[in-house]
Amino acid sequence: MSFSVERADDTLIVTVEGQLVVSNRQEFKQRILDGVEQGGRIVVVDFTNSGYIDSSGLGALVSLSRRLRESGGDLRLVGLNEDLRTLFELTRLDALFPLFATRDDALAPR
Amino acid sequence: VLPSEVQLIAPVVDDIVTLCQAAGFSPRQCRLNVPVAVTEALANAMLKGNGNDGRRAVRVGVEIANGRLVVEVCDEGCGFDLEAAGRTPADADWLESEDGRGIFLMRQLMDRVENQCPSGACGHLLRLILHQA
Repeated sequence: MSFSVERADDTLIVTVEGQLVVSNRQEFKQRILDGVEQGGRIVVVDFTNSGYIDSSGLGALVSLSRRLRESGGDLRLVGLNEDLRTLFELTRLDALFPLFATRDDALAPR
Repeated sequence: VLPSEVQLIAPVVDDIVTLCQAAGFSPRQCRLNVPVAVTEALANAMLKGNGNDGRRAVRVGVEIANGRLVVEVCDEGCGFDLEAAGRTPADADWLESEDGRGIFLMRQLMDRVENQCPSGACGHLLRLILHQA
């Protein structure tokens, strides 16, 4: 798995390539927390090119979401394929995260 | 036999998925059910059963026969009560808790999850069973 982080003003766009799992959750989380420390408030995680996520990856997203909400921000998820949506539905985490089809949808004014 | 190093999980998962693909398991089972559940079982064995101690081993056994996958993951830990373990979305803090979804996911993605507590040289054994879709 690899990922990139782009920042524009207070928005971080994180692109995930491959799996988000127990072996890389900490690096993923830390990269985003570093961006938040530098002023990121809205974090959009793009899973368009991602494979599966395990419970550790889901846990990292839960933790980041809580951290962002505490500081008035938001974690938004983009590009979940059918399998990933199934994971969020099974775990009921679709109730926690705003899920969007595209980055533009996630970044649209609300 | 693997040392308890989480970086070693992905290659094992890939090998098991390849076996399932060759045996005719569905694309969805090979993309979702098998890799996620096996990752959970191995991570649980390494981090919980073996306490994230790289010197402790995890044994993995795989059998595919008659359209049925059986994965056995054995750690050196003392085991746990599978029936009592694991949280569910009904728990009050489910949406806010960082950990504790692994057993739930295994149960959701496999047809059967069972365990045996320590006996002999092998410690706690977790068995995942999935029938071909």
